[in-house]
Amino acid sequence: MSDNILLQLNNISVVYSDVIQVLKGVSLSVPKGQIVSILGSNGAGKTTTLKAVSGLLKTENGSVTDGSIQFNGMNIENLPPESITRLGIFQVLEGRQPFKYLTIEENLRVGTATRWGKPYKKDIERIYNYFPALVQRRKTLAGYCSGGELQMLVMGRALMAHPALLLLDEPSLGLAPLVVIEIFKIIKRINEDQGTTIMLVEQNANMALQIAHYGYVMENGKVVMEGTAPELKDNPDIKEFYLGVGATGNVRSYRDVKSYKRRKRWL
Amino acid sequence: MVFFFQLLVNGISIGFLYGLAAMGFVMIFKSSSVLNFAHGELLAFGAFIFLTLVTWAHLPIIAAFVVALAGSFVFGFVIERLFLRPLIGEPLIYVIMLTVGIAAIFKGAMLLLWGGNLYIYPDFLPLAIGIKWGVVNIAPVYVVSTTVGLVFLVLFGLFFKFSSQGIYMRSVADNQQAALSLGVHVRRVFALSWAIAAMVAAMSGIVLGIINGINVHDLSSIGLKVFPVVILGGLDSIGGAIIGGLIIGLLETFTGGYISPSLRDVVPYMVLVGILLVRPYGLFGLVEIERV
Ligand SMILES: Nc1ncnc2c1ncn2[C@@H]1O[C@H](COP(=O)(O)OP(=O)(O)O)[C@@H](O)[C@H]1O
Ligand SMILES: [Mg+2]
Repeated sequence: MSDNILLQLNNISVVYSDVIQVLKGVSLSVPKGQIVSILGSNGAGKTTTLKAVSGLLKTENGSVTDGSIQFNGMNIENLPPESITRLGIFQVLEGRQPFKYLTIEENLRVGTATRWGKPYKKDIERIYNYFPALVQRRKTLAGYCSGGELQMLVMGRALMAHPALLLLDEPSLGLAPLVVIEIFKIIKRINEDQGTTIMLVEQNANMALQIAHYGYVMENGKVVMEGTAPELKDNPDIKEFYLGVGATGNVRSYRDVKSYKRRKRWL
Repeated sequence: MVFFFQLLVNGISIGFLYGLAAMGFVMIFKSSSVLNFAHGELLAFGAFIFLTLVTWAHLPIIAAFVVALAGSFVFGFVIERLFLRPLIGEPLIYVIMLTVGIAAIFKGAMLLLWGGNLYIYPDFLPLAIGIKWGVVNIAPVYVVSTTVGLVFLVLFGLFFKFSSQGIYMRSVADNQQAALSLGVHVRRVFALSWAIAAMVAAMSGIVLGIINGINVHDLSSIGLKVFPVVILGGLDSIGGAIIGGLIIGLLETFTGGYISPSLRDVVPYMVLVGILLVRPYGLFGLVEIERV
């Protein structure tokens, strides 16, 4: 199986500030060309898992203290983000994080950082092709764009870098249902057209399992369940806790909006 | 009336130089949140290198100017590499104290090398550069300083607006983690902002030296004058730094001209205190974009 495995986490532990242990032996693998989803409620350790892969843990004083992360067979745990991005791994952060004082087009150009000096005009056209809504906003400061536009922007920004592995952290967070559907369609299209491997962290299990090939469920810093997307959709526990009975979708998205606001105030 | 115009012109050209010096300071602050207390020493260093190249190495003026700027650029890079980089990730107050230490060491070294005397550059500006509008007479130094200031301003404006490196630098100032997630080499951006800041500081130091003569103490004290300028302009606004510089430059020259030369150097700090009391984020500080 190891031949087509792009990313492999072997029993990793992550500790923040030398004392706060958040991940307690997480193992998972991401096959080349697939969408692998990580589900789980707030605080389960999903973001921490992505940051362990992208190297951004460093910026929060966290590190992988145990286990290993292999990308294309190469050990990458605790490498700095500058090196990890140059291997083709790009994380799209939770809560979107645009460069507020840069225009949409300037935001996209930051995505050329790992390919500095190479022509980028065609890439920008390619991004506008995926996200036509961005075209008329190209000269607008990102700080003035809507949540849906920003989600498209930050995904487009990462695509500018030609990622081999794209880490998406809760792309549906705080967005209107119709926008969420559109975003997920595009994620699927990116995976199909470009063959980009995607790790998709979501609380919206319903949407995630519609496009993912495989999924893991995390709780309290551990993987508690895994399976193909159809298996997970049919699992009674998942049905009860994550897929809800239709109406809970609204409740959940309300909570997400709140956590988004709180985050912004503290930044 | 003639006197008024004379002061206006002097104020604008000195103000430009303050503004450019402050711009370098703001760049370092924006990219790495470090307040550089050694900024004045960077001005003085550039001016003395230029002086040495002109009077001792007998380089032609333009060549000396270019070499001094290039040297300062490299110098800024080296400072970041040797002193700042090891402290990345440490509490900011250590880094800021470090710049205070660097300032003291540089000043000591410059006093050792060049002493505390006032040096005057040999008079090298052709009189023909001066401008005469009726009764208003603009001396060659002021023409040169305003022109050089404008050229730098435009060049940096273009650099930050259009070049990829300029855009990467702005992205780091805007959201460091997002910049890292896209592979922007943040440490390289810090180094580049020190290099550019040192280069622009040197330019201001050289031209101010041409206007006022050069002296270690005078030039390094401009490092403190940068504070009223950036507080006025908003600590995080590069455009604000230029406007802040112009305002401080004009206030200084007008106070010196109409009220009393001895008040001249105090006025910027009176403004500083006043501004902090009413508008702590400066006149042109970034308006926080806050969406719900
Ligand atoms: N920088 C940090 N320092 C200390 N603890 C953190 C840090 N970031 C996250 N945590 C803790 O780690 C746990 C998992 O967080 P996170 O990975 O963000 O979960 P999720 O993305 O699944 O909501 C939470 O309990 C959170 O409080
Ligand atoms: Mg999270």
